[in-house]
Amino acid sequence: MITYRTFDHTADLGIEVYGRTREELFAHAAEALADLLADREGKADRTVRICATGEDGPDLLVNFLREILYQFHGNRLLLGQICITALEENKICAEARGEVLDPASGRLRKEIKAVTYHQASLRRGRSGRWTARVILDV
Amino acid sequence: MSEIKLEKIDDCRWRIPAKGGMRVPGVLYSSERLMKGMGKDESPRQVANVAHLPGIVKASLAMPDMHWGYGFPIGGVAAFSLEDGVVSPGGVGYDINCGCRLLTTNLREEDVRDRLRDLTVGLFRDVPSGVGSRGPIKLSLKEERRVLTDGARWAVENGFGTPADLETTEDGGSMEGADPEAVSDRALERGREQLGTLGSGNHFLEIEVVEEVFEPDAANAFGLTKGRIAVMIHSGSRGLGYQVCDDYLARLVRHVRTLDLQLPDRQLACAPLSSPEGRQYLAAMACAANYAWANRQALMHWTRESFQRTLGMSPRDLGMQLVYDVCHNIAKIETLPLEGKLVRLCVHRKGATRAFPPGHKALPPRYRSVGQPVLIPGNMGTGSYVLAGTEKAFAETFGSTCHGAGRVMSRTQAMKASRGRSIPEEMSARGVVVMAAGKETLREEHPEAYKNLDEVVSVVDRAGLSRKVAKLRSLGCVKG
Repeated sequence: MITYRTFDHTADLGIEVYGRTREELFAHAAEALADLLADREGKADRTVRICATGEDGPDLLVNFLREILYQFHGNRLLLGQICITALEENKICAEARGEVLDPASGRLRKEIKAVTYHQASLRRGRSGRWTARVILDV
Repeated sequence: MSEIKLEKIDDCRWRIPAKGGMRVPGVLYSSERLMKGMGKDESPRQVANVAHLPGIVKASLAMPDMHWGYGFPIGGVAAFSLEDGVVSPGGVGYDINCGCRLLTTNLREEDVRDRLRDLTVGLFRDVPSGVGSRGPIKLSLKEERRVLTDGARWAVENGFGTPADLETTEDGGSMEGADPEAVSDRALERGREQLGTLGSGNHFLEIEVVEEVFEPDAANAFGLTKGRIAVMIHSGSRGLGYQVCDDYLARLVRHVRTLDLQLPDRQLACAPLSSPEGRQYLAAMACAANYAWANRQALMHWTRESFQRTLGMSPRDLGMQLVYDVCHNIAKIETLPLEGKLVRLCVHRKGATRAFPPGHKALPPRYRSVGQPVLIPGNMGTGSYVLAGTEKAFAETFGSTCHGAGRVMSRTQAMKASRGRSIPEEMSARGVVVMAAGKETLREEHPEAYKNLDEVVSVVDRAGLSRKVAKLRSLGCVKG
């Protein structure tokens, strides 16, 4: 199953993420972000708890990804394995596993400045599958 | 969504009539050629969206290098009344005080022709660049707070450059109203190790030669003579600025819900200028702006040292003087003409450059007769322009002009278009030495990904928003 694809936005980069459940959608979104940040080697010796709140689905997703991105920029943590532990309408918590990434490792891919609220969307299709779109500032 | 209707005003301007929730019309500065090339670019809709914000005055503007941003378009200019207007972090952008500085030298092209590769490699070695780059300056929290309040002055006091550099930096390299208390711990953390780093993406450090002089008086005042070597530095406030923008966007998205305000895009989140939230954002933004000025000051210092080392020349013989440092992502309280009166307004320039006219008191005395130098960085390998500010820009566009070429290809399109090609070799064939830290940067940033800079500049020149002073050609380029 394809978990995400990237799409174009003139100056920036978008991700369209898919999931069979809402939980899976959030996990796939965070994993997509990790893919774009650096080459992943599957190492996961660090675990952090990530929580976020939001007024609605898109807001919650953007705020969740902002937390994942902060862990990367602030603590050098590349978090690529996400287990959603609690997901409500306006609140999410996850166990995020990954590794500390040495900036000199040559594995960094893109400098992603931020996860934007611009045209962020999240919906459940007729088939029951979830889709979300988020634009990243690169 | 309905189509955006554009009415042509003259050869350089298009109007978006105010309708629906728009409080003012939109005005786009462009040309037939640039308009045709915009395709499905959504920046006109974004210009219309900005016109919905409370307290916006006169018009929501866009410069000819406009392209689709998030919330505000890149190339957008909007001014707000201090009484009932707002400030919007999205109207400044993530890279707060992203900007340029230009240095001249005593060198001529023939002096460095054989040393170009050494000079470029030297800069690549001596100036930290690339994704996630960290610099040699390690700040204590106390020192970092001083950087945030003092900006480039902190850098000069700590041995990076001379006091004369501050005279030719916008706002003296230090914006008033900066309050480190308004900056989050996360932003401070991200800023601690990144001072004095170029960054990646479209940021660069470029050795250029003055190829053409259009206005000799102004060029002389700026120290630009034909054949002279110059260095352009394009960078911003790094992770600290991104985090300040991110923190305040999230906060103001929540704040907007407490106001009776319907916004067409969440990324336009804002706060009244008179509110504590609005004032706090401006105080934090000023901190990031100061960080950026200190950053470019440090980058310039190492550029000077690198040239000295590579060429074995003294600072005096090299004569590396700062022409000017100007930002192109900022919100500032400025006194500007509106309906026949001078009023204080909050001007947002997101991918737009201040272009103050001759005689303005904000200009250093030596430039007062010719107007403010406006630095327009080109994309890799095409060179840059130096323009000068005008009365017309002051009267018409809140003292603002374009900021660069503006993208036409997305990064993915640019990667596809450059598949199988060697950008360094192509650049080399044009006589440009290129060094890059990132694997993908060169392909994403190749020249065809951008609008034609000559065309963008000719629009602002014809529209009277700035005058062409000189054109510079690339010789050596360091990309992040």
